Amino acid sequence: MRVTIDEDGCVGAGQCVLAAPDVFDQRDEDGIVVLLDETPAPHLHDATREAAVLCPALAIHLAE
Amino acid sequence: MTDIGRVVVVGASAAGLTTAEALRREGFAGLITLVGDELHLPYDRPPLSKQVLLGTWEPERTAFRDDATYQRLEIGLRLGATATGVDLDARTVSLGSGDRVPYDRLVIATGVRPLRLKQGHELRGVHVLRTLDDTLALRAALAGSTSVAVVGAGFLGSEAAAAARTLGKEVTLVDLVPVPLSRQFGDELGGWIGDLHRDHGVTLRTGVGVRKLLGDEAVTGLELADGTTVTADVVLVAIGSKPATDWLAASGVPLDDGVLCDTTCQAVPGVYAAGDVARWHNERFGVSMRVEHRMNATEQGMAVAKNITGDPKPFTPIPYFWTDQFDARIQAYGIFPPDAKMTVAQGDPATRKLIAHYHHDGDLVGVLGWNMPRELRAARALLTRD
Repeated sequence: MRVTIDEDGCVGAGQCVLAAPDVFDQRDEDGIVVLLDETPAPHLHDATREAAVLCPALAIHLAE
Repeated sequence: MTDIGRVVVVGASAAGLTTAEALRREGFAGLITLVGDELHLPYDRPPLSKQVLLGTWEPERTAFRDDATYQRLEIGLRLGATATGVDLDARTVSLGSGDRVPYDRLVIATGVRPLRLKQGHELRGVHVLRTLDDTLALRAALAGSTSVAVVGAGFLGSEAAAAARTLGKEVTLVDLVPVPLSRQFGDELGGWIGDLHRDHGVTLRTGVGVRKLLGDEAVTGLELADGTTVTADVVLVAIGSKPATDWLAASGVPLDDGVLCDTTCQAVPGVYAAGDVARWHNERFGVSMRVEHRMNATEQGMAVAKNITGDPKPFTPIPYFWTDQFDARIQAYGIFPPDAKMTVAQGDPATRKLIAHYHHDGDLVGVLGWNMPRELRAARALLTRD
């Protein structure tokens, strides 16, 4: 799994951090997504998919 | 789910599309038909009053998926098709074309329609903002405009006022209620949002209603209830909306300011609702809710798909929503009853960075962040019913 993010589309909702805190974080100043792990380990895949689905800006893209 | 061969989703926006995609993720292999009355491929709405209106995004960017994705997921799109009724006994949805589409499970996700002014709404230059076409019409009108009046200082009206002001227009924000967004967040916080607009040069005319629109063919302004006038060559009417349920009036689907559902988002056996149109009982807060926010469209669509394919579970979200206006990103979790007590828990309104707590009956029911996204995420865990 490879994760890419669209910073410009991100609305800083933080849903991805709630779903997959090992893969995503937020910038302090504006809450924009920070990708911690571009290629998460298999045990993080479900949580990463959940984050991508929940993102209200559809700013998380997964290639599997 | 062995008896379910066909799911019809009426409403091809965030809630409807999320439901369709989540059905596939849950393993549903039957027929999915997504019916939408617009011709555009399903698109996202929050950017309309922000990036699209500002012109920083082209409209194509709001599309959720491309054609190939719908084909791959085997989601049948019926676009430009208006649902006109439901026959609950025959289990069919009728379309404006006369077609009847059979279903085993029906998902109603028709959203809301903007309210219009009773007088003068037909004048050239008077707009609403709900669809992509509405947005492009307003954007084109703004390009040739010097002065804009926005009627209604809710989320949509205040966001659009900020966008128009950012484009350099003279903007007047009008609302019968004295303080912008006070219905949503109370007078004190709403007052700070009003200050934000004033500081950016928006003229606020609040606490006074609109008596009539002025102009013969094209709008020239507003006459307010106190007899004063506001000059405007573009008027955006953002006075709220009502659930798009007219097509269900004779169907027997229970309606009460939305499609009335049980705790699992089911209205009658086999019929569900999701998104702006759905009213359901949220057990977490013990209240009946209908939520017109983007996050709920996703969460409720996912919940409906799971309840169709598996054991029904109550839908008990902590509502999340956000609004971007000028340099303010305001985000909130929970509920914000009119009689809740607001306190600033972190930060300072003077610096426009703060976390506010909303207490009701002794419970912390809502938390709001103003340019403090990380801190707000932490504050979510403090909610009494987390």
